[in-house]
Amino acid sequence: MKRREFLRNTTFTTAGSLLVPQFLKAYETQYSAPSTLNEKVVVIIQLSGGNDGLNTVVPFRNDIYYRERPSIAIKSTNVLRLNDDIGLNPALEKIKELYDNGLVSIINNVGYPNPDRSHFRSMDIWQTGSSASEYLSTGWIGRYLDAQCAGQSAKIAPHQALEIDDTLSLALKGKNLNGLALQNPEKLFSQTQNGFVKANSKLTPADDHENVAYLYKTLAETVSSAEYVYNKAQIHKSSKLYPTTELGKSLKTIAELITSGVSTRVYYVSLSGFDTHIRQNDQQDRLLRQYAEAVGVFVDDLKSNNRLDDVMVMTFSEFGRRVKQNASNGTDHGTANNVFVIGGPHRTKPVLSEAPDLTDLDNGDLKYKIDFRQIYSTLLDDWLKADSRLVLGQAFEPVRLFG
Amino acid sequence: MEANSHQRQLQHFFWRAGFGASPDEVKAALSAPRQRVIKDFIRDSKEVHDFNVVEPMPYFSLRNDKRDMNASPTQELDGIKDKLKAVAEERRESIGNLNDAWVARMGQGTGAFREKMTFFWHNHFACRSRMALFVQQQNNTLRRHALGKFSDLLMAISKDAAMLQFLNNQQNRKKSPNENFAREVMELFTLGRGNYTENDVKEAARAFTGWGFNGSGEFVFRPLFHDEGSKTIFGKTGNFTGEDVVDMLLANPKTAQFISTKLYRYFVNQKVNPEHVEALKNRFLRTDGDILEVMEYVFTQDWFYDSANIGAQIKSPVELLAGMQRTLQMDFVDKTPVLYAQKLLGQTLFNPPNVAGWPSGTAWIDSSSLLTRMQLPKVLFRNEMLAASVKESGDANEETVKRKNKFEVTMNWEKFASFFASFSEQDLTEALASHLIQVPINSSLLKQIDKQGNASGRVERIKQLTVALMSIPEYQVC
Repeated sequence: MKRREFLRNTTFTTAGSLLVPQFLKAYETQYSAPSTLNEKVVVIIQLSGGNDGLNTVVPFRNDIYYRERPSIAIKSTNVLRLNDDIGLNPALEKIKELYDNGLVSIINNVGYPNPDRSHFRSMDIWQTGSSASEYLSTGWIGRYLDAQCAGQSAKIAPHQALEIDDTLSLALKGKNLNGLALQNPEKLFSQTQNGFVKANSKLTPADDHENVAYLYKTLAETVSSAEYVYNKAQIHKSSKLYPTTELGKSLKTIAELITSGVSTRVYYVSLSGFDTHIRQNDQQDRLLRQYAEAVGVFVDDLKSNNRLDDVMVMTFSEFGRRVKQNASNGTDHGTANNVFVIGGPHRTKPVLSEAPDLTDLDNGDLKYKIDFRQIYSTLLDDWLKADSRLVLGQAFEPVRLFG
Repeated sequence: MEANSHQRQLQHFFWRAGFGASPDEVKAALSAPRQRVIKDFIRDSKEVHDFNVVEPMPYFSLRNDKRDMNASPTQELDGIKDKLKAVAEERRESIGNLNDAWVARMGQGTGAFREKMTFFWHNHFACRSRMALFVQQQNNTLRRHALGKFSDLLMAISKDAAMLQFLNNQQNRKKSPNENFAREVMELFTLGRGNYTENDVKEAARAFTGWGFNGSGEFVFRPLFHDEGSKTIFGKTGNFTGEDVVDMLLANPKTAQFISTKLYRYFVNQKVNPEHVEALKNRFLRTDGDILEVMEYVFTQDWFYDSANIGAQIKSPVELLAGMQRTLQMDFVDKTPVLYAQKLLGQTLFNPPNVAGWPSGTAWIDSSSLLTRMQLPKVLFRNEMLAASVKESGDANEETVKRKNKFEVTMNWEKFASFFASFSEQDLTEALASHLIQVPINSSLLKQIDKQGNASGRVERIKQLTVALMSIPEYQVC
């Protein structure tokens, strides 16, 4: 983007209070300096619908598991063994390869106190980072952006948290700043280049109405972020062959943005369909395979571009499923679940927390041992170098994600 | 800065008390005293019309089907499953029909004030249910009490099937109390956070044990599950019932404070003026929580028409859609895209994110929702499809929302144009702007809009200008 153009686009954000030269300098450090190539990045993959954790990381020596799931349990001979007790669903072959290469951490028994079994509410809790008894209207990544704004003199732009979708999830909505959603850089760019939108984005409101100013600020930021991301994305195109699934396309976009040096710190993408009440195995197998294959190429892509050390992929679902299968060869909504953390520094020994205890259930459901916010706080503090207490409202005990 | 004209003030009233007004409604109001306009508008909402679009459907027989499903041999399973699927489908469709019917009522016809209040209470007593019949019943309950006494409304909603189901009070039993309802009734419906203790919640939950509902959605008290023991709530001790707790909540002045603040923030300004809220609270207390009296008070105060309050709200997605209908006297032929637009913009009726309702104000706006809002008028009148796709919720019971339809609207542009017949070509853009936009517009923007109206025919030009005006950021506020 040309300097003059940039100034025009940000007329509303500067509010005239910043001195231009300083401001520009900040902008250059933030966006154009090659230093962004060493920035740590988090990619979040949300499995929507409640992925069945017990058939993802399978306790293949546990009699209770086979007793409670007579027709849907994964046969011990098919499991991709991680150790003497647990192994991965055979659809996760690519993940197993990464695990063997010291690139995967598996954290079992992740949840929160008083679990909610409604998709909506539990997803709300995961996305806002709240407890089960609070209702927050901002997401944890949105608040991460807010905290960045407060802590730095440089301008923090929406695209620093990017969701690959047409609409923005609550997770990326902050109090003062929201993340940016785009299906791909071209689509958003062309939308914002529409004459009227673009013309509007360069105007100032006539009056000092706070909300109107907010709308203009959002519009100007959208147009300038869309342009920035689009231009940057041209720098590096991936040469890897990604699966043609939605997730494959999204991860390809993310890889291209990362290797192009876009200053995005958090990426967010979802894969839906895990609500397997009926005939679970076919459906879960298909989705896990999609997931593993897309992530496999993604990791490979980053590795060839020397960026894998900087990128951590966290995969979660809003809840796990009940231990006992239902009558339709499926499972119903449950509680605690496993979280995968892939990429980043090489793990010298496998990171794998203990398997769920099927003898100690809460009304047929797994008990959580690790609060999901412990993982968030570790990512925020140790990886993104932010202050997790500002984002989560309190301190959480860190968990070991790598090393 | 341009002064707040009489017209803009009237439109302010119509936007806040209802969902905006058409040019002829505004014209008629211009020649009447303000008090009269308010009185007439309120009188127009006197009657209550229930929704009757959902067929009664058995609830407990379905549960038996589910039970059968767990016991039946596999060959019968498919039949039962198909039946359950069909029922789920029908319920979803019914809730969709209810959504269509409600948006239509907000967008046209009489009784806009009652619908606006019902909409406010729907957000206050935010609730979700898959039971279409319960959803309809709750909506009718809110509408019936929308302008009455808050005490009647609170008691009715506390005994409402959808609410009891949503907040798990059906499972609240003496032997295993469930605190969900007791907590939310204090935190979100009456007192607000910080005005009760954890012990109050625990003890109140015991008082609500045994409150439930039957398959037709009627309130049922089940004495067997009720804890008749002594409870200590808000410092008082006795064998309190659920009704006693509701009465205690109503008697607490914190409730008047909480409700008055919420009404002010929605109907006047998100930024609270403590003096004005205090006045509302006093009105609330003096009238024994008479909602109509409180609202009439709000609309007749001079400060309600202060320029700081005009245009101070960002329209919610439903207000945006209903407002377009009302100001233009337009109708949606196919309702599917209307539901789709709600989902895309983040507010689907009967589907609040949680019991706390929708986060409002600037929370409606992000890069995606703003672009969609700005694109919407063009898409509407060119019978196009919205460019963005809705996210899947992940819930297998929810229809995959991939289905997108083109918008189809009926709109009499000749009639709309006729309201502006007295304006010269030169003044046309400004005249339309003063009808559609509640805040001052930058003169260079107005010039740009003027350029958008390049058709030679007057009606077509008015259409172009209207679409352009409804696409600017200023249209998002009221």
